[in-house]
Amino acid sequence: MALQSLDIKQRSATTTPSPSMRQTPEVAKLIDISRCIGCKACQVACMEWNDVRDEIGSVDGTYNNPTDLTAASWTVMRFYEKENADPFDFEWLIRKDGCMHCADPGCLKACPAPGAIVQYANGIVDFHQENCIGCGYCITGCPFNVPRISKKDSKAYKCTLCSDRVAVGLEPACVKTCPTGAIMFGSKEQMTFQAGSRITELHGRGLTKAGLYDPPGVGGTHVMYVMKDVGDPGAIGLPTDPGISPLVSVWKGVSKPLATFALAAVALGSLFHYVTKGPNEVSKELEDELDKEDVK
Amino acid sequence: MIRDPKDLQRYTAQERANHWVVGICFILLALSGLAFFHPAFFPLAQIFGGGVWARILHPFVGVLMTLSFLGLFIRFRALNAMTPTDREWLSRIGEMASGNDHGMPEQGKYNGGQKLMFWVMSASILLLFVSGILIWRAYFGFPVGLVRLGAVVHAAVAAIMIAFIIVHVYAAIWVKGTVRAMWYGTVTRAWAKQHHRAWYRQMTGKS
Repeated sequence: MALQSLDIKQRSATTTPSPSMRQTPEVAKLIDISRCIGCKACQVACMEWNDVRDEIGSVDGTYNNPTDLTAASWTVMRFYEKENADPFDFEWLIRKDGCMHCADPGCLKACPAPGAIVQYANGIVDFHQENCIGCGYCITGCPFNVPRISKKDSKAYKCTLCSDRVAVGLEPACVKTCPTGAIMFGSKEQMTFQAGSRITELHGRGLTKAGLYDPPGVGGTHVMYVMKDVGDPGAIGLPTDPGISPLVSVWKGVSKPLATFALAAVALGSLFHYVTKGPNEVSKELEDELDKEDVK
Repeated sequence: MIRDPKDLQRYTAQERANHWVVGICFILLALSGLAFFHPAFFPLAQIFGGGVWARILHPFVGVLMTLSFLGLFIRFRALNAMTPTDREWLSRIGEMASGNDHGMPEQGKYNGGQKLMFWVMSASILLLFVSGILIWRAYFGFPVGLVRLGAVVHAAVAAIMIAFIIVHVYAAIWVKGTVRAMWYGTVTRAWAKQHHRAWYRQMTGKS
């Protein structure tokens, strides 16, 4: 049994309910892009707390370092250069990329290994690598391109929202370290409220397009962004209306139990055909006829 | 030991061996594939040493099945060309299934149902191979849209193929005197005369 604060809401490839007697408040991480200075302290804190070290890569001409999420880099600052109409009005949009901890997680839906992906009652989506079989279906299910398969052990890894820290009442490591307070953590309700007041403030400062990114297509997320232009999430590499791909829903939805029943029906149908119609024997008449021909 | 020298040779040793390689591959693939298909079947992964081993082995066995089926395809392709008689046979498959096969059109080496099986298997294996490559993450990295499509196609075609194989195996059990053709290659003359009269005449020169 998991810790009380980590009661399980959903478990991959499991058809019966998970222990769900207790109600835990949903948590959320709020990332205020308007306050991020791109210092990468969160990346360092993530490496440190989770004790993962990526391989030294090479610079690709941008400030993105490492250049992408990997099995050992669970969060990456992505730098987007935005040139506005006024040529002197150049802007850096910096987004801390990582798992969004969807309320309706596509990775969990796609996963075929029982218990390799769980969603705690507090909303955190966590990978349990000891149950992972390394098929990569989670990548297929994810609308945000987050999980990565390790080249070393063929297991899938991603941000855990520091589920181990949250379980004992601490904030995630990235939140603790952020020097500008751009990353906040609390109950989902609190964070939504806090985002609301920040957005009102931004509106007052002329950033009228500012808003909260908590996409309903995946049931909302437990990592939310305060964005300067909520109408254009593409500018910082986020999908406008993310959802689990319809292909994944067909693949993992009602079609599988139906197909399972259909296969059982074919097998049982064959059995009962045999029992009711009897075998298709070679006729005795034909055999005798051929025997007679032989005697001649 | 030959039970009756007058038995008719239906399959050569090479053809039988080829069929068995495909058959063994299919059983391994169906068991390991079903483990990923629905949680109800996940325990089947234990046969292969657990989920990780099932995931590692499945695609390699798939490649082996594709290659060995290619052998069957080349051997039997011409014999499985559909004719108007086969279509008539298929349209009256209900009569056959009800156990009343005396009025069925005369058949050569393969009847319409067997030919349909052959072409469904050929198409299925082709689709499974292509979609399987798309989702084989250990060695390939296709765009996620293609991988999603591959996963759906792979699961759907596999379910269809398993259903057809159940029918294939059952038909062999139902029609007595058939399974021996798969084991040692021969059938009795009476079997041939009853089920594949045109082939019987071709083999014996009798009417």
